[in-house]
Amino acid sequence: MRRATVPLAGPRPDPEGLAPDQCARTPDGDCTGMTSDPALLTRDGLDALLATLHAEGFRVLGPTVQDGAIVYDDVARVADLPVGWTDRQDGGSYRLERRGDDAVFGHTVGPYAWKRFLHPPLLRLWRAESGADGVRIATDPPPAQPMAFVGVRACELRAIAVQDAVFLHGAIVDPHYAARRQGLFVVAVNCGQAGGTCFCTSMQAGPKASAGYDLALTELAGGFLVETGTTRGAMLLDRLPHRPATAAEREGAAAIVARTATAMRRHIPDPAALPELLLGNLDHPRWDEVAARCLSCGNCTQVCPTCFCTDVTDTTDLTGATDRTRRWDSCFAVGFSYIHGGAVRPSPRSRYRQWMTHKLASWVEQFGTSGCTGCGRCITWCPVGIDITEEVAAIRDAPAAPTAAAP
Amino acid sequence: MDGMPVPARLADPMVPLPFRITRVIREIDGVFTWRLKALDGAPFHYRPGQFNMVTQFGVGEIPVSISGDCREPDTLVHTIRAVGPVTEAMQALRTGAVVGIRGPFGRPWPIDAAIGSDVIFVTSTIGLAPLRPLIHEVLHRRQEFGKVVICYGTRGIDDIMFEADLHAWRARFDTNVHLTVHSAPSGYRGRVGGVAAAIHAARIDGLSTVAFVCRSEALTRQAVNTLGERGVTPDRVWVTLERNMKCGIGLCGHCQFGPSFMCKDGPVYRFDQIEALYSVREF
Repeated sequence: MRRATVPLAGPRPDPEGLAPDQCARTPDGDCTGMTSDPALLTRDGLDALLATLHAEGFRVLGPTVQDGAIVYDDVARVADLPVGWTDRQDGGSYRLERRGDDAVFGHTVGPYAWKRFLHPPLLRLWRAESGADGVRIATDPPPAQPMAFVGVRACELRAIAVQDAVFLHGAIVDPHYAARRQGLFVVAVNCGQAGGTCFCTSMQAGPKASAGYDLALTELAGGFLVETGTTRGAMLLDRLPHRPATAAEREGAAAIVARTATAMRRHIPDPAALPELLLGNLDHPRWDEVAARCLSCGNCTQVCPTCFCTDVTDTTDLTGATDRTRRWDSCFAVGFSYIHGGAVRPSPRSRYRQWMTHKLASWVEQFGTSGCTGCGRCITWCPVGIDITEEVAAIRDAPAAPTAAAP
Repeated sequence: MDGMPVPARLADPMVPLPFRITRVIREIDGVFTWRLKALDGAPFHYRPGQFNMVTQFGVGEIPVSISGDCREPDTLVHTIRAVGPVTEAMQALRTGAVVGIRGPFGRPWPIDAAIGSDVIFVTSTIGLAPLRPLIHEVLHRRQEFGKVVICYGTRGIDDIMFEADLHAWRARFDTNVHLTVHSAPSGYRGRVGGVAAAIHAARIDGLSTVAFVCRSEALTRQAVNTLGERGVTPDRVWVTLERNMKCGIGLCGHCQFGPSFMCKDGPVYRFDQIEALYSVREF
């Protein structure tokens, strides 16, 4: 605990040699792609990558197998990753399965998103203690250790960019997100297969990482093709055993990503038209139809990598001190829209409509980007398998007479 | 939309500053006004129509509009109706208690949109509280406006708030106050009826009038319609709406109203710009 407040995005000790701001940044804050030739990293080289990140002081997080799912957690070595595992996903269904090989990244995204580390599900905002001179308010220091994410998919890079727009690029910066985001090292992975609910190609988010990473891997039979996105990514690569990739390896990596893109089974055509379509159909009968299936459980919002809504709760202890805790909230909860006299959105119809129109339509006006990355989590983890691509198609195929225009 | 928000002076916008209650005024049954001073003595600058998030430590935090005079930044004034667990606990606080304040948040009333025009204020019961700083400011700058009309309605004669202000405004030669109550005991000689009747009675020149409306969401439509009957088009009607405000800075998502976050893009809107979404049920 310390007095006063958290600095917005002040400098903090960076791992030596890997200063975060050595990448050229566009006005959007994205690191520009580097032009150096791809390299090839062996599996031992991947172990060395994890070890080097640890040695540089990062908290290294990556996919692991826990509780029958791919879950992001601390990783120290390649053996901690889901080697030889894959997942089978469909609307309302998720199963881990053994692969016939020992691929490290032969799975797609699970119920966790990286947002839980940048925008924690539970966070104490402050603690107030009463004293003789009134009330003393203290905040927790930001985490001292920078993070490294290993195995970030293209849709998740987009999700991080979307949350950057929400928490960093608006009029008010969220100091907690900024503190966690600063110095983040990102090792992306280009997807070698499409998950059963993926539609990142529709949202132009994947399956190939295009921006926002320090290093990007494509898993090949004999190792990993490595592309560098930033200077500090290149500096890290220089410290790992690697060799230039051959032309065959580069073509092989490109073919893998192309095959993944064509394997996508779900689509949202022309997402740029969605704000007008959805906000022009706020009284469409489809909202009633989907509300009859929706349980208002909020799973979709908890697994969504961009949903950012939070609530606060105050708790007191016997000394009279008060803790205010921020926690993820969901627009599917009745209390979410509560004002004195009752909830503004009491019906599941209005709550599903709020979620979907926000995600796909009003988000664009708010933050200059869609809130959807095409990761498919909301489809997989919906207990009744409601499919956002199907709901969009239903409204697109039979638009009702416009009752409300987008303002 | 007119009027940029005043930036919050907080380093971390989620951490409140401690203020001490220097006076508690009982307004009407269940409604009380606090006069507050910052413990650090710093003035609190805001603009009419803005609100604060107010914390009673150990109980909770609620949004409350500022009801004072923004030319008196040394005293922060909040008027609160006890309607839930937090506000009921607040009602029990006495002079000397310390509460937490975050703010000011939200877009203020666009006073400049009314320069050179007649001004009509339309409000009812506690809706006068968020309008009061604007009325004070318009009267401070009285020469910049044409006619100034205040239409104020309450349920009964015991629900009339800020009575001293209403008397003072009515006593001015340059301001008209039209007060109406929905029901009154026999023998009451004042106006009885809805706010719509008061608007009609004000006999405004609709073509040169800008209206500021602060009523419940359901009754806002009625006020806009009545103003329309007097010739005030929706592009000259400014209203406030209400959603669940939790953070005040557009980051918690609760107060969304289509593309706008009411806590930072509202709660003051020009009616024609939100009319379509306002008309959608449960939006």
